[in-house]
Formats: sequence, structure tokens, C-alpha cells
Amino acid sequence: MTDDQGGVGAGAQLAGGFGSSGRGPRLLSGGGRRATVISTASTLVVLAALAAIFWFAPGSAAVRHTFFNPQDMWQSFVGNPRKGYYSVGEALWLNIRMFLVAEVLILALALVIALARQSTSPVMFPFRVLAMIYVDFFRGVPLLLVVFVIGLGVPALRLPFVSSQSAAIYGVCALVLSYSAYVSEVYRAGLNSVHQSQVAGARSLGLSHATALRYVILPQAVRNIIPPLLNDFISLQKDTALVGVLGAIEANEAAQIYSSTVFNFSSFTVAAILFLILTIPLARFTDRLVARDRARRLAGGLR
Amino acid sequence: MSGGAAGYAPAAISIEHVDKSFGANQVLSGISLEVAPHEVICLIGASGSGKSTLLRCINLLEPIDAGRISLLGHPVTGGNIDQNLVRRQVGIVFQSFNLFPHMTVLRNVTLAPTKALRMPRADAEQQARELLTRFGLQDKQHEYPDRLSGGQQQRVAIVRALAMQPQIMLLDEVTSALDPELVAEVLDLIRELASGGMTMLIATHEMSFARDIANRVCFLEEGRIIEDAPPARLFSSPQDDRTKRFLRRIVEAGRL
Ligand SMILES: Nc1ncnc2c1ncn2[C@@H]1O[C@H](COP(=O)(O)OP(=O)(O)OP(=O)(O)O)[C@@H](O)[C@H]1O
Ligand SMILES: [Mg+2]
Repeated sequence: MTDDQGGVGAGAQLAGGFGSSGRGPRLLSGGGRRATVISTASTLVVLAALAAIFWFAPGSAAVRHTFFNPQDMWQSFVGNPRKGYYSVGEALWLNIRMFLVAEVLILALALVIALARQSTSPVMFPFRVLAMIYVDFFRGVPLLLVVFVIGLGVPALRLPFVSSQSAAIYGVCALVLSYSAYVSEVYRAGLNSVHQSQVAGARSLGLSHATALRYVILPQAVRNIIPPLLNDFISLQKDTALVGVLGAIEANEAAQIYSSTVFNFSSFTVAAILFLILTIPLARFTDRLVARDRARRLAGGLR
Repeated sequence: MSGGAAGYAPAAISIEHVDKSFGANQVLSGISLEVAPHEVICLIGASGSGKSTLLRCINLLEPIDAGRISLLGHPVTGGNIDQNLVRRQVGIVFQSFNLFPHMTVLRNVTLAPTKALRMPRADAEQQARELLTRFGLQDKQHEYPDRLSGGQQQRVAIVRALAMQPQIMLLDEVTSALDPELVAEVLDLIRELASGGMTMLIATHEMSFARDIANRVCFLEEGRIIEDAPPARLFSSPQDDRTKRFLRRIVEAGRL
């Protein structure tokens, strides 16, 4: 094999390899043993090339020491309060908790906003306008700014109770405010995706507006928007790291403290790996749902 | 309703001088129509003549601009009407079925009785099974709508409306979306309803069916009832030129 052919072949295999990995391992085995061998080989070639570039780069040794030092990675993962730094692994637990709480609140608040925007009655007019302003505002303002304004501004008001909460709670509030705006638009798209004839069908049976919404419209809307919702939650998982700017010891902040104490960035690598461990399963789960949904649509389309 | 000779029984449906426009498009112009209890009336007319709109107005799915509609002696237009209450007494079935795709057949049929009439679930299911059995759908109760044929879906849609125990049924071209071989099963179901004494107002393009089942046939054109007569007379000796023209076109199309 000449160099030239090798290059072309690797390119073709690369494309094939990405194609199958995107659609899951079943397709890979579906292509037979030869396909498996080819895709494995191409994966190894690509990984080896990347590793080589990394390894033989002029500054490689320095980078490996600053970002991938095993000892520092382990130290920052377990933490050592006596030396003045926290465990990144333990701090991740705060990210997870903030994510879970924020997620529930976002789902609820976003639904309220979406329903207000979708309402048609004249009584609801002020709420429609408010909802619109809310969505425009929080989609337009950077999340980091919202985090700062809530996390520094609310305590500065020195109100009883409201001003004496933890940084994590202000962080969750900021996340909820910002993400609700996005997610309400996702809900709205979902509500619009349910055909008007379904409304007519429900109303003609004498179901009240609320009952029709609850049992007929919403279930269909939610089913249609699960993939984009999960997508938003993947980015919510990482955006919990922004709360660190308020001093909450979440994974990213713990890594930051480690690096400024020990002068080594390997702690950030640990944080990155931990975030990947959180987000990748959700991403794969989303892919699977999308694939299942597509299969269902195809089957349904045949009638 | 056994008024008969004993005296006055209110009309099941009474429509007086109803106007309806969509923007500048006047769709119903001074329509008046009385439907007696247990009567079956077919609405025929070209596409766009206003048949569907009339049915939707009776079921209050569309507000009317002028005129009055009464059901079973009670006015349902004008202020202070509980629309949901009216709709529970008037079943309507559409050309496009509008079954709920995320629910089984049984749940489609029991949803409205349990939620709108607050019927206990067991009773609603019992009633649903009886209706489904009566119309040959008992083995489909756990299927989802997209697993059924068009004819079966439309029969489920009719059963779903019947589960509300309506006094009146409005059927809007319920066979138009069906393959020809599936039309018969739905028409048979409607015949059975008619023989059971159900008051029905049926918009249809099936002329032979209309001739067969209707007590009266109304020909609509441009939002007006041009002719209103028993089917034998309307189909064999139509009086109005417009009716004659319409029927001639139907015959030429081989549909009568
Ligand atoms: N929601 C609506 N908005 C605006 N125009 C409408 C609406 N519904 C019906 N129309 C118009 O009203 C007119 C009558 O429509 P309708 O559906 O009542 O006719 P139809 O007799 O049922 O016709 P078909 O036999 O095709 O079903 C048409 O010109 C139609 O474009
Ligand atoms: Mg119509």
C-alpha cells in the first residue's frame, strides 16, 4: 500500500466508521465481520495518529505534566482539606443535586410560561405579554450574568431569609430562570405540533379546556419534545459549573481551587472527565429515544 | 321522547336564520332547519357549500353571527351557555376520525365519560365494551388507533361519541376518507343507529346511502338550503334547477 492509497483508504474508512458509530453498535454488527474489522482498524489508526501528535509535540512533556499528571489527578479527585483543597469527585455531587433540583423546577415553570403564551382568552392578555417579555429577556441575557446578578445582587438586598441562602441555591435559581425561557419555547413547539383536529376531537366530546389539555394535548406534545428537552438538560448538566463563580464548591470550582493551590491543571482534567461521565449516558439515551421514535413513525406511517 | 299524538314534542334540532362568515367569506346565509326526534336528515351539496360548517355550528365548535339554534327545546346560542354541557348531548364525528393516537381504543372510548360525566371507571369500561362488541370491535379494545384500518378507526370514533350517550349525532362525511371496501362497514353501523331511533344529521357524498337511510334530504348551495324533501322525491323529481344541475353532475360522475 502506498502512502497515497493509505490516505484515501483511511479517509473512506473514517467516514464509514463515524457513520456506524453514530447509529449505534447494532448497525456495526449488521455489516458483518468484515465491517467490524474495518471500523476497528480505522478507529485504532485515528486514535494512534492523535496520540502520536500529542506525544511528539514539542511541548508535550510540559502539557502532560500540567494537565495529565496522574498523581495530581488522583490528589484533586480525593481532595485534602488539610492542604487547602476539596475533592473534585465529592464536589460533583453538588452539581448533580443542583441539576436534579433545577430540572424539576424548570420543567414546571417552563410549562406554566408556555401555557400562558399559548393562551387565547382576553383575560390572559397581561400574562401573555409577561411571558413573552420573560422569554425574550432570559434568552437574551448570558447565563453567567444571570448567575452573578442573582448570586451577588439578592444577598446584597439584605432581605430576611431571601438574602441569606447558600450560593448553590442562588445558582439553582439563576439556572431555573434562564433555562425556563428556553424550555418554554420547546414546550410551545411541542404544543403546536399537536394537530388542531385533536383539540376539536377532545372539545367535541364535551371535555373542558383543561381536561383536553391534560389528557389529550400535553401527552402528545411531551412525547414529541423529549429529544430536544434532553438536549437542553445535557447542557444544563455542564452549566451547573457556572455556579462555582459564586463560591459554591462544585466540581469546577474545586478543580480551580486545587490548581491555584498546587499550580497544576490536572484537576480540571478530572472535572472534565467527570462531566463527560455525567453527560454521555444522557446523550446516548437521547439518541436511542430519537431512533425509537423514528422507527415508530415509520411503522405508524404504513398504517 | 314519546310525544307523538299526545301533543308537542320539541324539535331535536331547530335552526333559525343562521348566518356565519369566515372573514369576508359568507358560508351560511340564513339557514333554517328543523329536525324532529328520531329523524335522520342528510345534507348534500358541492364541496364548500357549508355542510361541515353547519354541523360545527350546531356543536358550538364555531360561533354563529346571527340567528338561533335550539337543541331539544333549549336555546344553545346567545349568552350563558355551558358549551361543554351542550357538546355532551350532541355527538359529532369527523371525516378525519381524530382518535387520540396515544391511547388504546378502550381509553379513547372511556376518556370523555370518566372525565366529563364523572362516570366510575369500571362502569365506563363496561359500557365501552358493550358498545365495541355491538359494533364488532371487541377484539380491538387494547389496540392503538394506528394499528386499525380506516374503517375500524372510524367505527371507534363513532363508538367514542356514542359513549357519551348523546341525544343527537352529527356525522360529517364519515366515509370520505375511507377506501371503498371499508365504507360499507361504517354505513352499516349508521343504519343500525338509525334503526335504533337515533336523531342524526349527516353530511354525506354517498347519494345512494342518503336515499336509503334519510327521512329527508337537504341540498345546500352557497350556505342556503335550496331544497328539502324526502329522498324519493328529491332524487327522482328535484324541483329547483340548481338541485337538478348538482344531481346531473353526480350522475355523470357515476356516483348515483
Ligand atoms: N375555519 C375556517 N376558516 C375559514 N374558512 C373556513 C373555515 N372552515 C370552513 N371555511 C370555509 O367555509 C366554506 C364552507 O366550508 P365547509 O367545510 O363548511 O364546506 P363543506 O360543504 O363541508 O365542503 P366539503 O364537502 O368539501 O366538506 C369554504 O369556503 C371554506 O373555505
Ligand atoms: Mg365538509
